[in-house]
Order: sequence, then structure tokens, then C-alpha cells
Amino acid sequence: MSDPIIRVEGISKKYRLGEGKKKVDTFSERIKDALMYPINNFKKIKSLTKFSKEDDASVFWALKDINFEVNQGEVLGIIGHNGAGKSTLLKILSRITEPTEGRITIRGKVSSLLEVGTGFHPELTGRDNIYMNGTILGMRKWEIDKKFDEIVAFSGVEKHIDTPVKFYSSGMQVRLAFSVAAHLEPEILVIDEVLAVGDAEFQRKCLGKMEDVAGAGRTVLFVSHNMGAVEGLCKNGLLLSGGQVKFQSNVKDTIAYYRNLATIDNIDLVNRSDRKGGVDFKFEKVEFNEGNPVLTGKPLTVTIFFNARLDIRNLHVAMTICASFEDRLMVVDNSSQGAPLSVTAGKGKITIELEDLRLLPHKYEINLWAAQSKQVLDYVLGAASLNVQETDIYGTGITLNTKQHGYFASNRCKWEIVG
Amino acid sequence: MSDVIVIEPDKGWKLISIRESVRYRDLLYFLTIRSIKAKYAQSVLGVGWAILQPLTQTLIFTVVFGNLAALSSDGVPYILFSFVAMVPWNYFSNILTESSTSLIQNKNLISKVYFPRLILPLSSVFSKLLDFAIGFVVMLGFFIYYQFAPGIEVLVFPLLLIILVMTSLGTGMILSSLAVQYRDVQYAMSFLVRVLMYGAPVVYSIEIIPKEYLYVYALNPMVGVIEGMRSAFLGTKEMPWPLISISAIVALILFLFGAFYFQKMERKFADLT
Repeated sequence: MSDPIIRVEGISKKYRLGEGKKKVDTFSERIKDALMYPINNFKKIKSLTKFSKEDDASVFWALKDINFEVNQGEVLGIIGHNGAGKSTLLKILSRITEPTEGRITIRGKVSSLLEVGTGFHPELTGRDNIYMNGTILGMRKWEIDKKFDEIVAFSGVEKHIDTPVKFYSSGMQVRLAFSVAAHLEPEILVIDEVLAVGDAEFQRKCLGKMEDVAGAGRTVLFVSHNMGAVEGLCKNGLLLSGGQVKFQSNVKDTIAYYRNLATIDNIDLVNRSDRKGGVDFKFEKVEFNEGNPVLTGKPLTVTIFFNARLDIRNLHVAMTICASFEDRLMVVDNSSQGAPLSVTAGKGKITIELEDLRLLPHKYEINLWAAQSKQVLDYVLGAASLNVQETDIYGTGITLNTKQHGYFASNRCKWEIVG
Repeated sequence: MSDVIVIEPDKGWKLISIRESVRYRDLLYFLTIRSIKAKYAQSVLGVGWAILQPLTQTLIFTVVFGNLAALSSDGVPYILFSFVAMVPWNYFSNILTESSTSLIQNKNLISKVYFPRLILPLSSVFSKLLDFAIGFVVMLGFFIYYQFAPGIEVLVFPLLLIILVMTSLGTGMILSSLAVQYRDVQYAMSFLVRVLMYGAPVVYSIEIIPKEYLYVYALNPMVGVIEGMRSAFLGTKEMPWPLISISAIVALILFLFGAFYFQKMERKFADLT
């Protein structure tokens, strides 16, 4: 029985992004546009599921030629940035959506947990919801009958089992939902970040339960941003980036590789595909002090080059400075500082001026985010790295470093002995 | 070794997988129960609404069409005449309205778990059967009140019921998969259902349809079902076999086309909801 339990061969998945509207200038064009509106809409909606041979700008490859194998009993952690294709891959593996190309062969019963409590209905009692949720996850009624008492005991909501779940606290709902999921007995378990719910104690309980599952020789595919959980649970790792398998090895090496990948210095920002959005508005390039050195205690000017496909009013831009990947130090954003931005279609640039940079010498990661009324227009993690260089900020001949002094330099203080 | 699942892009037209749907029959059962329970939860009348709705509708029609407009009702009390048609019609129209929204409302299921999507339209077909049964019992109540005894023709009823369910399921499968991609279906259905009602002999007698158009008219499968119901329970006319046959054929075509189309669209639902 040397056949792998899961074999993924050349899986690709295309999506079509919603297209931005064409600009119309003249009055007659505007009338024509209004009259043609239903027809154009029909074409646009129809094209959501149809792809022609030539790829136009609105086609987006969420996954491109993914190949890997999983053996019986292997516990594989799948990691990657937001938008790297992790969720799409899980959705294909769980048969929720179909791949555009490629083939996956799975030998065994798969249960996938992309969220807890799927199918819960607030008006139904806890008892009804256990059956509802269990059968949705692929259990048979007799299986649930057999495990019913165990499920209820694990969730700790015995007293309220015949109360509609809308009267439950959110914590109780999650506990009940997770206990159903925890009593699945599939040969292959696919899990997506379900640990992100519930309080710390409950999360520990869940992790413990998952370790049991993994320890029982079952095959588990686990996707998470929680590197601690991935490292604790999985033996092997698979790193996705920009819809492709970037690295595959044991879990420690994969996580290490992932951390180094945080900034992809060798790819220009404009060509980065591991972003969310980037259609109507796209970050193209970032410059600091027009290329001159960045020094602690001195002004910093950040110039963000963008390309907008349409006029955007009330643009919300945020720049996050991180010490290392996902370790955010501060967020600079225009809306909380009361600085409204409106951009016109075409290329342009935004400048952010910090009068006095208090960051100590280090290579910082910059995330960029743009949105309009809560709708994300573009979001890139590790869009640039900011290299703050050593300088003698207090003019004392002593340079500070992040190892000893933290990330921030204080202003020059007044020192005095009182009394 | 247990079963092998192969996931690859869907090519061509296939019939829905009966085997998969049978494996998930418990889910069908609980989804059906869920929609029945959830529908009448926290309402004072509960299932009473299933009686009240067709009843008031029929009373209004009786006053407007039976008394004021004095439409012919084939010689039976108008209220009986229209209620016998109302029971299957309501079943059909409920499924039309529900299927135009059911997949979108169950977006969270479709985008998070795999199950044969067919279970969703199937569960509405089954859960609405409860309303149908309640309407049916009320109808029997009317028969007792008017001391009306149906004859041997009632034996045709199971056949009519099969045609009705096939028509509803077929249309339901087509509409629900269309509605996922084109939300227009949802808005159109809210008034089309009312328009369609006048395209079937619900409030009027089929006698007013000119003979030369009768068979075109009968392409609406509900015509055969309703006229069949009238002949079966009221016994005013001969069993309209030509109409019923046309209905049966149209229902079968709708059902098969619906099944193919649904299967074709099924795997794209998650990307579209």
C-alpha cells in the first residue's frame, strides 16, 4: 500500500475578478452606456463562469500548477501569506469548488472543517443542531445517535440541549459546534483555522483534541496563521506563495523559509501577485527619502506610487511598520489622522511625511493597505522593507541598536535629581 | 481500501449522481425538518399559517371572481372549485419563490462544506409537501361540509401528485441554479408567480380557453395537474387524459433538463454565491 492517500497533480484555479467600470466622457456615450447597461451586465455576469483562451487582465490565477502528495498518517501544515491560495486549495480538496485544471486523487473519506457550526440554525435546539451539523459534515444519523451523549458532554451544554441555540452565548455555540466536529471520524481531516474561535482555554482543548486525531494515525491537512499551532501539530510543511508551491519540507524548515520570505525583495511591488485586490487601485512602488538614507531622529518621507483605474473619493490608506513578519509596531493611516485623500484615475503618488522618525536601526517590513468604505482595494504584506541606518541620535557618540534598546528611541529627555 | 475520490474539472453533461444523494439522505431528512421547524418557530399560529394562507386567498377569490365577477365554476360551489386548484398551485408557486433564493440563502453551507447540492432543492420539495398535506386536509374538510363525495376518479391523484412534484423539482432546479448567477431571477419571481397564476386555470374554468389554443395552453404542466385534480375530486368532467399526458411529458422534460442543468452548474455554485 505505497500509494499516497492524496495525490495532487497540476492543480490550477482561475478566478475572474470583478471589472472596474469604463469611463465615459461624452453625453451621447453616457446615454448609450445607460441603454446598453443590461446587455453589458449580462455579458459580464455570464463571463464569470466562462474563460476564453486569451487571458485578459481580469483573470486571476489563485493556484497555478500545484503538485504534491500526502501519505497515510501524515500531518501536513499548509502555510503562506494571505492570498497565497491556501483557502482555495482547501476548497478544492474539500470538493466545494472545482479546479480549472489538474487532478486530485483521494483514497478515503474526507471531512473538511472550514468553519465550525456550518448549518447551525438559531431557531433550532442544540439537539437539532447537532444532528443538522453532523449530517452536513457527512455523518450518518446512526453515527450521531451513537456519539450523541459524548458530544453533549464534551461541549458542556447538557442543561440547555433542548433550548434554541439563539439563546446560547456565542461561546456555548462555538463549544457545541466544535464538539460535533471533534467527533468526526474521517480517514482524512482538512482543517482551516478553526482554532481562531473561542477563548484561550477552549482553544487549548481543541488543540489537544486535534493532537489526538493526528496521533491516532489519521491524515490531517492543517492550514493556519498560528505558527505555534502548525509547528506543534504538523510533521511536514508546505509553503504556498502566489498560488504556487514555494517550499516543501519538514515543518521547522518550512516555517523558517516562510519567515525569510516575508519580503520578496527580488520581485517589484508592481508585479507582486500575492496581494488582495490590486485591480481598481494598485500600489506600484515605494520610495523612502527619495532613495537617500533613512536615519533615526530625522524626517522620513514615504512616497507611494499607485495606479488607479478610476476616480476614488475618500481613499483610505494605511502603512503598517512591522519589526518582522506579522509583528506590527505601528500603523500610519490617513483616516484616523483626519487627512482625507481623493485620487483621480491614472498613475499618481501619495507622500507621507514623518517629521521625526523614532525607529531604531533595523530592517522593517512595510505592509500597505488601501480601501474605500471598508472595501479593500489593494493589500500587500511585505510590500517594501525600510532600512533604518545607524546614527548617533543624541550626539553622544553612542548608537542604539534594537537588540538592546527595543525598536523605539525616546525623545531627548530632561534628567534631574529632585530633592 | 475505501472508495477513491477523483477531483478534476467537470467536462460535458452528466446526470446528477443518484448514489451521492442517497448517501446523504440523512442530511436531506434534517434539512427538511430544519426548514419546517425554522419556518414556524416563534409564531403563535405555527402550522396554522399553512391553513390560513390558502384559505384567505380562496375566500378572496370566491368573493371577487365567484360572486362579483360571477365566473363559471363548472357547476360546483366556487369555493370548492378554486380550493381544489389552489392546493397544488400554492405548492408549485411556493417552490418557485423559494428556489429563487434557496441557494443564495444557504451560501454559508455551499461555500464551506461539500454535499450534493441537489439536497437543497430536494429539501424544499419535501418540506413544502407538509403545507400541501395541510391544504389537502382542509380541502377534505370542505368536501365534508358541502357533502361532496369524490368518485372512483380519485385514484388518479397519485399520478397527478407525481407530475406536480416533478414539475416543481424540475423548475426548482433550473431556477435555483440560474438565480445563483443572475440575481434577477429572485426579483422576477416575486411578481412572475402572480402572473403565472393567471396562465393556469386556478380562478377560472378551462372552458373559457378557445379550443384551438387549448393544447398550447396545456404546455403549462400545471394545467393538466389542476384540471386533473378537478376531475378527480369534483367529478364534474371526464378525466382530461390528453391534458394530463401533455403535462406529464412537459414535466418529464423539465425534470430531466433541470437535472442536467443543475449538475452542470453545481460545482460553480461556491464561486458564485
